[in-house]
This record gives sequence, C-alpha cells and structure tokens, in this order.
Amino acid sequence: MEYLKLIGILIVIVGFALKKDSILIIACAAVVTALVGGLGVEGLLTTLGQSFVDNRSMAIFIIVMLVTGTLERNGLKQAAADLIGKVKGASAGMVIGLYGVMRMIFAAFNVSFGGVAGFVRPIIMPMATGAVEASGKKPNEEHVEQLKGMASGMENITWFFGQVLFVGGSGALLVQSTLSSLGYETNLLDLATVEIPIGIIALIVGIVYYYLKDKKLTKKYYGSEGGKK
Amino acid sequence: MAFFTDPSITIGTKMLEVIYIFMGLMAIYTGVKNLRDKENPSPAGTCIFWSALGIVIAFGRWIPAAANGVIIIIMIIPAILQKVKIGKVSAPTEKEVDGNYKKIGMKIFIPALMIGICAIICALIPSIGALTGCGLGVILSAVILAFYSRDNKPKVFLNDSERLLSSVGPLSMLPMLLASLGAIFTAAGVGDVIAGIVGNVIPAGNVNVGIVVFAIGMMLFTMIMGNAFAAITVMTVGIGAPFVLAYGADPVVVGMVALTCGYCGTLCTPMAANFNIVPVAMLDMKDRMGVIKNQVLPALIMIVVQIVYMIALK
Repeated sequence: MEYLKLIGILIVIVGFALKKDSILIIACAAVVTALVGGLGVEGLLTTLGQSFVDNRSMAIFIIVMLVTGTLERNGLKQAAADLIGKVKGASAGMVIGLYGVMRMIFAAFNVSFGGVAGFVRPIIMPMATGAVEASGKKPNEEHVEQLKGMASGMENITWFFGQVLFVGGSGALLVQSTLSSLGYETNLLDLATVEIPIGIIALIVGIVYYYLKDKKLTKKYYGSEGGKK
Repeated sequence: MAFFTDPSITIGTKMLEVIYIFMGLMAIYTGVKNLRDKENPSPAGTCIFWSALGIVIAFGRWIPAAANGVIIIIMIIPAILQKVKIGKVSAPTEKEVDGNYKKIGMKIFIPALMIGICAIICALIPSIGALTGCGLGVILSAVILAFYSRDNKPKVFLNDSERLLSSVGPLSMLPMLLASLGAIFTAAGVGDVIAGIVGNVIPAGNVNVGIVVFAIGMMLFTMIMGNAFAAITVMTVGIGAPFVLAYGADPVVVGMVALTCGYCGTLCTPMAANFNIVPVAMLDMKDRMGVIKNQVLPALIMIVVQIVYMIALK
C-alpha cells in the first residue's frame, strides 16, 4: 500500500486544522511516516538527528536575540515612534501607508517594533485617529474599526513580504534546506534577491488599497465636504 | 579539533560552528537559569528542553546522527507535555527604557540595522557567508550598545536574550522540526506517491500548469493549516519538485516565491490566529474577521502577481 505513506501529511493537515499542539503533530507525523515508509526506528533517529543538525542554521535567531531584547531596553521602540511621529498633516490612510514603508524596510533587516500589541495599538492607532481629528472631524466608530483592520493588515503584509528580504531569515532557510534535500543547491542571497520585486509590489498594493479605502470611508462617514458632522 | 584545523574547510564555516557553540550555550544557560528559578512552575521540563536543544546546536556536529535523534526525542517530550514554561520575567521598566532612549536617541537604529547589513556584506564574500555575517553583526551590534551605555553589561544581554527565548518557548524550533519532517517524507518516498497521484490529474511536462498548481496549492494548504512553513515542505516535495523543478525551472525563483504564495494564504485564514485573530482582541475590534477582510484583496492580487512572476522568470 503506497498510499499509506501519505498518512503523515494527513496527520499534519488534520492536526493543524484541529489546532492540536504543533510539536506533537510534527512528531507524530515523523514517527508514523518513518515506520510506514520502512525507515524503522534506527532510520527515524538517524534521519531526524542528521537533518536537525544540518538545519541548525534555522536557529540563527537565537544569536540575534542576544541583542534584540537589549535594543528594546535601550529605546528602539521609542525611537521608531518618534521617527513616524515626525509626519504631520497626513490622513489616516497615509499614516498607515507610511507605517508600512517603515515596517517593511526594517523587516528586511529583521527588526520588529513589537507587533500589534507593542506598536500598532499604542502608536499607530492614536496617530490614525489623531489624523482624523486634526482634519476637524469626530472619528466615526465604524471608520475606526476599519482603520484597526487596515493597520493590522499593513502590519502583516509588510512583515511577511519584508522578512523574506532578510538574508538569513527562517523562511528562506527552510526553503533552502527543503530544496537541498531534493538535490537543488541554492544560496541565501539569491533567495532574498528574487523576493525584492515581490516585496515592493506587495508594499505598493497595500499602500494604494488602504489609502483608497480610507478615502472612500472618509467620504462615506463624514461627507465629501470634510466638514463637521 | 580536527574540524577547526582542517584547511579545506572555509573560515566562514568554522566561524559559523563557533557561533553554533555559542548559541547552544545560550540555550543551555536558559535551561539552567530556569532550573534554579523558583517562580518557574516546571523547572525540570524547561531545563531538559533547553539543555537538549543547546547540546544538539552546540555539539551536534561531533555526535553520531542516531544519538542526536535520541536527544531530539528527549527534547520533544517536555514540549509535548506542556512542561516548558516561563519563569521570572525581568522586563525593563518604562522608566528605564525612557531614560535610556533620552541618552541614546535615534542612534539606536545603528546597532539595530547592523545585523542585516553584516549579513548582506558577508553574503557577498563566499568564504564567509550570510549566516556567519549575522553572527558577526550581532557581536558588532552588542559592542556598539555597550559603547552607548555602560549599563549594557554581558549579563544584561544574556538575561534579555533568555527572557525572549523563554517567551518564544518550544515553538522556536518548529522550523527545524518541519525541515526534519520534510527530510523524513523524502526518505520515505512520500513525494513520489503524491507525484503519482497529481500526475493523473495534471499533465506532466507542462511547467506553467505546474507552477499554477504549486502556487495555488501553497495558498490553499496554508489556509487549511494556518502555517506556510508546514505547507512549503509538503508541497515542494510533492508538487514543486516533480512537476516544476524536474522540468528545469529555476529552483531559486520557484522554490522561494512558492513560500510567499503561501503567505497569501496566511493572510486569508483564521487558522493563522497569531496574525489575524489575536490583533482583533488586542485592538478591541467588534468583527472577529475584521483583520482578514482587510487582507483578502491584497492577498488575491499578490497570488496573481506571483504566478505571473514565476512563469516569467522560470
């Protein structure tokens, strides 16, 4: 029964879909596939040990953490907040767009400012609603709800497509090792370079979409005059 | 020792091995610190996990593969039993951070960007390589931080990294485990079976059709699993290699962009709770799908862009 070998994939799909513990799922899939696929216990241990050691590069984030925490301790987030705070007279959609530019550039250097909890909530959202107030309007509840969604969306899009630009990011390392086990050798710089056009397009798509959406919502909720309502 | 004196091994590889030893020791430090931490609800399990991880990272090269396998199994057990916990957290106070920021200011961006800059520079020097560059960048960054403020002693760096490592917890080695799962899939011949099934559906030899199936498959698989890393291993072995790469397509373009096709799936699924559901709670939004709804259109545009890009550059 050749198809029995696919049981590992089934375990991964069903396991993740049912939100079981990720490590448990992968361990189960590995053990079952090894036994069904005829590797035996020794083959399992050897393959597991060998590939884990071969892929230690993916743990490179551990050494990066040596400075990440201390950078935060020394005011990295405050500096980022001041940097984006220099912007004056922008609309809420523009604030989100500018944050996207900043986040993507820093993501390419593997620098994050604390995600939604650490940055969007305390810094970007007050700036966005502040921008609405600065134009003389009282922020509409529905509009703010959408702004929250847009800011989180920008956060995710720029992080996903920005981090692959970092030479030595875990995504590229996983691709490199997967390709290598199939006999294709690649280098990390090429893997990052090939993503540059994709990253730039993703950033532009995000900025244009959220800018236009904000413009449309502003018209809808506050009227085209832009006056008080 | 023979490894470090072997002239046929590049200096970059040797330096990387030193970096691995250092990383391993950091993980072991995390384990030992938590073992002695009275506030950690599960000191033994936490210590076993981090120490085992540290041993494989630091000394794995010199340990037989099967023995590494055993150590990894030992490492996985406390993780599965939920016995890897966080102990006492010594996060910096707001006052301390503000004080430091007043002193250092915007100059803080220099050490922050140093790691990425070193990685790019060293990537251009083949005998050193990007990863060794990351390590060197970290050292340089730490030196600059210590130069900025005398409070940044080695102990501060170590404890701050322990705090971050502990907060990420066992999920930190998920990518490594997934890569190992991919290797086991390949060794067991899973890819051949999938290729056989898919081969009945899509015409082999048509690279463009293969690319479309690979890209959309990545997106859908990621939506189901909520994790593009889990999807890329399975999909590359099962579809990417036999239907696209086997016909001469560029592995750099197709292999890498497939991952970001998966990210389009991540943008569209509540399964990726960290990114799409947790922010809803953090921002007090009313609509549980409020973040995803704002991401669907960009994700759809990007999947089309990426398919066209892969076909054009393959």
